[in-house]
Order: sequence, then C-alpha cells, then structure tokens
Amino acid sequence: MIDAEVIVGLEVHCQLDTKSKLFCGCSTDYRDSGPNTHVCPICLGLPGTMPALNRKAIEYAMKVAKALNCSVIEESEFARKNYFYPDLDKAFQITQYDKPLASGGHVEIEGDDCRERKIRLTRIHVEEDPGRLVHMGNAERGRYSLVDYNRAGIPLIEIVSEPDLRSPKEARKFLNKLRATLEYLGVFDSEKEGSLRVDANISLKGSERVEIKNISSYKGVEKALTFEVTRQRNLIRRGLPVERETRHYLEARGITQSARSKEMENDYRYFPEPDLRPLRVQSWVSGIVLPELPDARRERFVAQYSCSLNHARTLTGELRMANFFEGVVTGERKDLCGLAATWIADTLAGELNYRDMGIDAVDPHRFGSLLRLLKSGTITDKSGVEVLRVMLDEQMKGEKIETPEDIVGRLNLAKTAGDDSALMKSVAEVLRDNQKAVEDYRAGKNGALNFLVGQVMKKTRGRADPGELNRMVVSALKGSE
Amino acid sequence: MESRTICFEPDDRYNAFLRTCPTAPHGEGQLAGVAIAVKDNISTRGIETTCASRILKGYVPPYDAHAVSLIRDAGAAIAGKTNMDEFGMGTSTENSAFGPTLNPCDPSRVPGGSSGGSAAAVAAGMVPMALGTDTGGSIRCPAAFCGIVGLKPTYGRVSRYGLIAYANSLETIGPMAQNVADVSLLMSVIAGPDRKDTTSYDRPYNHTPDSDINGVKIGIPKEYFGKGVDPAIAESVNRAIGRLEELGAVSVPCSIPSMEYALAAYYVICTSEASSNLARFDGVRYGPAADTKKSWHAAYQDVRKEGFGPEVRRRIMLGTFALSAGYYGKYYAKAQVARENVRKDFTRLFADVDVICGPTMPTIAFKLKEKSDPLSMYLSDILTVPVNLAGIPAISVPCGKVQGMPVGLQIMGRPFEDERVVDVAYAYEQAVKV
Repeated sequence: MIDAEVIVGLEVHCQLDTKSKLFCGCSTDYRDSGPNTHVCPICLGLPGTMPALNRKAIEYAMKVAKALNCSVIEESEFARKNYFYPDLDKAFQITQYDKPLASGGHVEIEGDDCRERKIRLTRIHVEEDPGRLVHMGNAERGRYSLVDYNRAGIPLIEIVSEPDLRSPKEARKFLNKLRATLEYLGVFDSEKEGSLRVDANISLKGSERVEIKNISSYKGVEKALTFEVTRQRNLIRRGLPVERETRHYLEARGITQSARSKEMENDYRYFPEPDLRPLRVQSWVSGIVLPELPDARRERFVAQYSCSLNHARTLTGELRMANFFEGVVTGERKDLCGLAATWIADTLAGELNYRDMGIDAVDPHRFGSLLRLLKSGTITDKSGVEVLRVMLDEQMKGEKIETPEDIVGRLNLAKTAGDDSALMKSVAEVLRDNQKAVEDYRAGKNGALNFLVGQVMKKTRGRADPGELNRMVVSALKGSE
Repeated sequence: MESRTICFEPDDRYNAFLRTCPTAPHGEGQLAGVAIAVKDNISTRGIETTCASRILKGYVPPYDAHAVSLIRDAGAAIAGKTNMDEFGMGTSTENSAFGPTLNPCDPSRVPGGSSGGSAAAVAAGMVPMALGTDTGGSIRCPAAFCGIVGLKPTYGRVSRYGLIAYANSLETIGPMAQNVADVSLLMSVIAGPDRKDTTSYDRPYNHTPDSDINGVKIGIPKEYFGKGVDPAIAESVNRAIGRLEELGAVSVPCSIPSMEYALAAYYVICTSEASSNLARFDGVRYGPAADTKKSWHAAYQDVRKEGFGPEVRRRIMLGTFALSAGYYGKYYAKAQVARENVRKDFTRLFADVDVICGPTMPTIAFKLKEKSDPLSMYLSDILTVPVNLAGIPAISVPCGKVQGMPVGLQIMGRPFEDERVVDVAYAYEQAVKV
C-alpha cells in the first residue's frame, strides 16, 4: 500500500485572451487598472441584464478543442452554477455542465518512463470568471474585504483530464504541454497574472481521492501534489485512512490544508441558463485552421536545425523560447544553430529562470553576437557565461546596454592565445609550485593533470581554452622530464 | 432627443403607481407625448426600480430596458413606475411591499396581478397605455380583472433586456391599453430583435388591426370551461365566441390534456428559475446594504430575510428545493417534460385551428384578502400558464360583466402570430362597441 501508484487528474482553468469579456463588451485588459473600472451593468450582474455570448471566445475554445483532438458536441449548453459568494455578482456562475462544448481528446507528454504518453481528456467547457475579493488584512482576521469585478466575466476554458497522470512531475509536464499548445494557438497568455488556475485530484491506488483547489502556478501544481503524495503515504504508513476531502494549497508555505467541511456541502443546483440559446457550432470545426503546434515544431527543429530531441523539446516547449531560437538562427546566423540550441535551452533558460526574467527581454541579435564570439573561438564557454550574465544584469537593471564585444573588451575576456608567453609563464609557474602533483602525474595518476590544468585556469581567470591548455600542460610536463 | 415634457400628477387613489414622474420628458415620434406607465420590474434609467420589493429600495438603474429605450425613442413620456406583486410573484398585486393596488372597477377588489398597477392606471384613465410583464398570466389576468386589453407576446418577440428576471424562460414584456388598437400600436414599438437579448427573434411587428375574421377557425378547449371555472364566466365567454361566429369565425371543440400538469409544471419551473435569479440580491452592490460588521453569510441572511416578502421567500425555497441534488430529476426535469407536452398539445391543435379561445381567468376579480392561502391563489393561474409554457401569444379583451365586474376573453395563437390574436380581439371589440 505504501508504494501504491499515484493517480492524478487535473482540472485546468485558463483565461482566454479575448479582447472583450464573455458576455459583454467590457475590455479584458484590466490588470493595470483601478478596481471596478472594467465593468458594465452586465458583468456587474445588475438586475435585468442578460448575457450575450462573445463569439470570439467560442472560436478560441474550439481551436483548443481541435488542437487537443476533442470532439465538439453537436449541441452544447450553458448552465448556471448557483452559490453565494461576494465576488460572484449574480450569485451564479454561467458555465457548462452536462452538455460541455467538447469531449474526449488527449495531450501527449513524455512520461516518467521517457516514453510518449497520451493523457486522455474528459471534456473542455467554457465559463465566466468571477470577480475577486481584496482582503484588508487577511481573509480570516481582516477588518473587511473589498470586491473588484474587473475580472468578472473574463472567458475561461476548463480542461478536465482523466486520472491518467502518474506523478507530480507528469502533472507538471502535462500543464507545460497544455500551456505551450494554448500559446501556440494564440488564445492564451501565460504571463498574465492569474491566467491559469488548477484543481488537482490525487489519490494513491486503493485509497480515497483528495481534491486540491485553486493552485495558481505551474510550479505550485507539482509542489502541492508532491506534498500531498508524502502526506498520504505517511497516513497509510501509520495505518490511518486518507479521507475524501477538499484541501487548499497554501502557496507561501508549500503545503495543503483541509478546507472547512462546510465548503464541501455546496449543492450548486445546476440548471440550463435560460437567457442563452443552446450552442450549435460543430460545423465551425472544419473551418478552423490550426497553426504549427509544439509537437510539429519540435520535429521540425530536429529536422531543420539538427537539434537533439531534448533540446528541441525544451526550445519548443515555450512559444517565446521557440520564437527566440528562430530569431537567433535566421539569416547569416544559420551556422550557429547547434550552438544556439545548447546555449538557449541549457544556459540562457537557467540564467533567466534564476533572475525570474522573461525571454522577451533578450535581444536575439545581441545574443547572436555572443554566439558568434563563441563560434569564432574569441572567448571560452566560461567567459561566454560571464558575458551573458553581464548582458542580463544590465538588461534587468535597465543600465546602458553593451554589445557582447564591448563586454569582452571591457572585462578583458578575450581568449589567451596558445603561444602567449604569459600563458607559458603561468604553466611553468604552476608546474614549479606543484611538484607533488607533477610527480603524481609521472607516477601515472591522471587526476593530477586535471588539477594542474585547473590551477592554470585559475591563474588566467578562465580565458584559456581548456583543450588547448591541456595540450600545453602535457607538453610542458613532457618537456620538463 | 427628449426635448419637451408633460406634466403628470394624477390622482392615484388606487395606489397604481409606486412613483410618478411629475415632469416627464418626451420626444417626437409615433408615441410623441403619450404618457406610458411602466411596471416596476422594467429597468428605467434614472428612475428608481424596485420590483415592489424592499430589497431593491433605492436602486436606480443606470440603464434603460430595451423596450423602454424603444418607447422613449418613439417619443413617449415615462409617466411613472407601477405597483405589482413583489418580483411578479402573485395574481392580485397584494404581494407588493408597498401596499396593494385597488381595482378601479370596485376598490374592494384586487386588480389582478402581477401587473395590477399598470392595469389599474390604464383602467382608471390615468394613462392610455402601460407596459406590463407576463410570466404566467401577469398581463392578461389584471387586464381581465380591470376590463382593459393586454397582450402577452410570443416569447422572444419583445426583448427582455432590462426586465428584472423572475422566470426567464416564461416571461415577456407586453403592452396594456384601453383598446386593441393602442395595444397593437404599443406592440409595434416594442417588438423586434435586440442583440443584448440573444433569445429575441428578428420578428418585428408592423401591423394595423384588421377586423375581418371570416373563416378563422377557433378551437374551444373543454378544459377552459370545466371544473374550477365560474359558470357565469364560461357563459359570458361562450356568448363572446358566439359573436365571433357571427363575424364568420368557425368554432371547433378541442382538448388540451396536458393542462392537467401545466400548473404544477409552471410552479416548479418559475420557482426554480426565481431561486437563482433572486440570489443576487445580497446587499453587496445595490439596495439596502449588508451589515459589514457581520460575516458575509450572516449579513446575506439578514438582508434577504428582511428584504423579501413572505411569498417571495416561499417561492425561493420551493425553487431551491426543486433544483437540489436528488430532487432535480423528480421536479425540475419532470416539469420540463410536462412543459414539452403542453407545447406539443398546442402544436397539434394549431395544425387544425388558427386561434384558441377561452376565459382569461376562472373567476372575476377577488375581494382584497379573499385568497389568503397561497394554493388557492396559484389555482387561479390555471388558464393563463399554458400559454407561457408554450411561449405562444395570447391577448385578453373585455367580454361583458359578471356581478358588475369585467370578464376577459383570452385568445391564443400560433407562435409569432401575435397579429392574428390582435385581429380576432379587434374584431370582437369593434363588434360589441356601443
């Protein structure tokens, strides 16, 4: 039981990136505006108002359905989900219940066993976002809360997976794939705050299922599930039952916490929304032209740029990164694609992540110049990283932006030439000062060579090309025999 | 647009109005300068709109209902907001939080409901026309009780945008007036499509009543003359049908067996929808404010308990129950089946007949406080609710008196044949005109 299989299913809510709200003409561009500035009688739910469906939102949702291989249902229907909460202007949410827009479909991910896995989808439906509460203090003890209805009526799609995921890591991969697909479709912007929210169902085979509500980040999903796996395994280890319940994920603490049982007793009393006619849009499907999607682009990257499968997967896993890569290797920089794949997928991605920076902040031309310096052998890989860090830091601080060449010149990072007497001198000094290591080398200990090369590197602050340096040290050792 | 004003300071001895507009602006057009009373569940920009409920006291809509925009654009003056059963829930206008409206034909009697204020304002001659709303008979019942004409249009023919919803799938805004021609005129202004109400149809009404009904086939359903219908009313309506035959119409006996379940289905559907529609009245955004020192759910309970009258609370509870997990299939889903059967019955009948006639109400207007138990009040809707379940048009036109009180002849038609029910009503009205 303790090693029981992990079973995870996700309900993913994504804001569709339409210009106007789902049922009224209000702008969806509310994030930098004051509270309750993007509202009208309809999205405030004023008495007598009625929803008028935004056709664009349905088109967007149908693009997603087609891209994820779902079948659009002949006649779908909106329904009311009734519950009281101050952020819910009408005291019901217009959503879809037993007749969703689309059903079935799947998402392909690389499973934990490194094989392609098809994660089945249950359904996709369209619904409106509620407003938002702003607590003065905190929700429990604050003096009061304010309501902001700017978000009310933003179109959402909910994508529900079958319980096909087998680990928190797979859940993360599933989400990443979903995000990439939606961004490629141009219907979703993952960088907008609050654009994604996830409810996760998790159980250990043979035990009760737990629902974790309202996880609002990609990393959060993996963390919450990892926490929950440990918690449930611990319970089982101690012979305690896992209770069927709803839990909240506390992002700041990285833990899940049992929701008050009262919140589970909600009976939403769904019934068809009488103010909207049933939706008959199946015939639109054939007219939807899908753009190149992540899988196709990945294969193209392998074929066109000779990327490794792993690099191609990383590069195409985010629309912006894939676009950046192609921006770097255009025109005269075509010859850089091998270098670009490694440097973007491995080095740049890590440096950006460390700084919490988006790739949009990086200029592909300047980055291309850096790669050119590496390609021409002007600087070493180590110096390349240093130059990249300076570039990103300057970008982040908004300081004057130097070209990679300027940075190399200013920091004197140009590679030390092989015949440089200064380098020869450093080698000689190292050999003189490390007699023990020299003897070890001669005694056949290979590790000693690495040590000596490392010492020279240290002296020259990484400017020497490691391969060349290796050769120099070996020949110097031979010469001094 | 509204460049001139009319002075409207009526002697409102029947409590028809919740508020009047003493200087009502108006513009030019088909209805230039005509004072029109608007039922208080229809949103009027800048004019308090309460649905005769304490819970909306002080609520001033920032927008006009589509029908109100249309009558303003046609030059009409909004004379005031009329009394009604709270949120439209009633058949007597006694369920108003602001006191009942009295029937101008006999002030000891109710005017019917829920558009009782609109009917009384027209019957008393305070305004020539009014807007009412009809969810289960709320235009036709008070029209019959007060002796005026009221049309419940085909569902979707008049935009509901701005009508404060009670039961969305059943209700519609419609015209009320002293005569058929005025009803028809007002209908021509308010009918038509509205992109804000996506359940509305592009079926404008451009019709002048025509009294030629030669050859029109009239179905006479036996259920409209049977148990529960005052024989004196039945007799009065039969005489009216006789007049229609004299004018060339042909009457055919028929039956609507689905009527057995129509009333029950109606009350399940309307209360279910109402329980959801009325949930938004929580004191957060409008109306009397919630006590912010309490937790939100406690404050909601207070606001709703104090704000809603007993009949509204009853219907919210009934509807909440009908939609609850485990009961939905037993009530709401079953009611939809019964509704479908009513539709089918009408479709079947209208293959043979052009209109269906019967009494609007089974009795004359009741005395104030006469119907004290809710069920007997509900039963009086039996002849009007089938029309709402089927979404078809129906008109009530006065056809004589019983005990000195007006009787209404109800004429029901095929969907989108509002013109035809208007014509039959007009033919009768012209024939009996003194």
